[in-house]
Amino acid sequence: MPATVPALIDCDIHNHLTPEAVARYLPERWRAYHAQFGRRTTPGDFYPKATPMASRTDAWPPGGGPPGSDLAFLRKQLLDAWPIQIGILNTLISIRNQHRDFDAALATAANACQIAEWLDPEPRLRASLLVPFEDAELAVAEIGRHAGDRRFVQVLIPSRTGEPLGRRKYWPIYAAAAEAGLPIGIHFGGWSGGHPISGAGWPTYYLEYHTGMNQTFQAHLISLICEGVLEAFPKLKVVFIEGGIAWIPPCLWRLDRCWRQLRAENPNLKRAPSEYFREHFWLTTQPIEEPPEPGQFLQMVSHLGMDDRLLFSTDYPHWDFDSPDGSLPSVIGEGLRSRILGGNARALYGFA
Amino acid sequence: MPKHVVSTVAEIPPGGRKIVEVQGRSIGVFNIAGEFFALRNRCPHQGAALCTGQLGSAVTSTGPGHYAVDRAGEILRCPWHGWEFEVRTGQSWFDPVKVRVKAYETAVAPGSALKPPSPALLPGPYVAETYPVSVEEDYVLVEV
Repeated sequence: MPATVPALIDCDIHNHLTPEAVARYLPERWRAYHAQFGRRTTPGDFYPKATPMASRTDAWPPGGGPPGSDLAFLRKQLLDAWPIQIGILNTLISIRNQHRDFDAALATAANACQIAEWLDPEPRLRASLLVPFEDAELAVAEIGRHAGDRRFVQVLIPSRTGEPLGRRKYWPIYAAAAEAGLPIGIHFGGWSGGHPISGAGWPTYYLEYHTGMNQTFQAHLISLICEGVLEAFPKLKVVFIEGGIAWIPPCLWRLDRCWRQLRAENPNLKRAPSEYFREHFWLTTQPIEEPPEPGQFLQMVSHLGMDDRLLFSTDYPHWDFDSPDGSLPSVIGEGLRSRILGGNARALYGFA
Repeated sequence: MPKHVVSTVAEIPPGGRKIVEVQGRSIGVFNIAGEFFALRNRCPHQGAALCTGQLGSAVTSTGPGHYAVDRAGEILRCPWHGWEFEVRTGQSWFDPVKVRVKAYETAVAPGSALKPPSPALLPGPYVAETYPVSVEEDYVLVEV
């Protein structure tokens, strides 16, 4: 393990906004609705997780509340424990109920809560903007509300969407984000609307589900490129958060080969699919792949060819947390390590 | 290896543990049914404070659909990623040959056996009033 860690940027931190916290920022109509009818996420997720709240067992704040809900404890256990210069909050409150007006109110309230209770008191933090992503018109309105606040660094969409993200129903969100200079951050999770994580139905184990996370990202990678989103929005930037890395090079090889054979089907693509990917996409590292031989990690990075696009992330406080000084294999060398830990994120998000 | 006094026996009841610092190393001392075991408090995976993790059982299977549970309280799960280690040996459950955490020898000794050697001093002329003191507790020792 290296003796020192340079000033770093953590691109995936999960603060938890409790229902009570969000309710403080809801207008009366929706506060009453929220209190009486609640939200879809109760009682739970598709699978029982590895641990309660899918969190490190040492991450429960001593003062009470769920992991990630206490700013002082988050400072102590994460921001002060390593030299974290900037941390990006991806709060995972579900903005995916059937009632779209309620979703829009939830997103507005959650963003207000993030400003007042997280971004104002802690200058090291930035946040992803929550939007009611299944209704592009409402999502665009929320982007417009905060486009001037540079503490919101990207627009957040969970990977388990109702449709592949290349579909045109989502395009107004991309137009607004590109116009505002905000990347689209796609983070693992969300409520799928009923699609299993696997292309062959619902598996039994959380082990299968967790291993299969990248399948959702593969669907979006292929869809965003094939539907022509990146031809339509040449300034759009996309960040895959918690989607894995190692599966991407062979996926691009396969996509490029198919495109050469099938390009007449989709003349919207002017270039090989992998070129769009390397130009428009960034990738966070956690949960980092751990090949049996460290040299194989270097091979994977070389196949990917995106040294300037890898962004370090911890996923704090979740159970599959990656430690800033314990997760990147030492074989990558100091130059690349330093870019992954901070330089690449600084360039992408324009941090000083 | 020198032995270090890290705790009284009473401080660590069966099923309990104590995190101690010995020569700059954080070490977890566990009591399993009256036997003491000591492990380095650092997970070999990503460096978490391993010995603060939950203690559980070994779940095994002789075939799909069949489960057996034993060694209650002897399997330590890392608080971060849940890697499992045997408290008695420090061996990991999933790869006992390659992945293990340092285990230290432990011992229990009565306080009367732990008196430091008397310095070679000549008795002086004055004698203060004294009271009898006896050490009745037992102590846990770790070899580091």
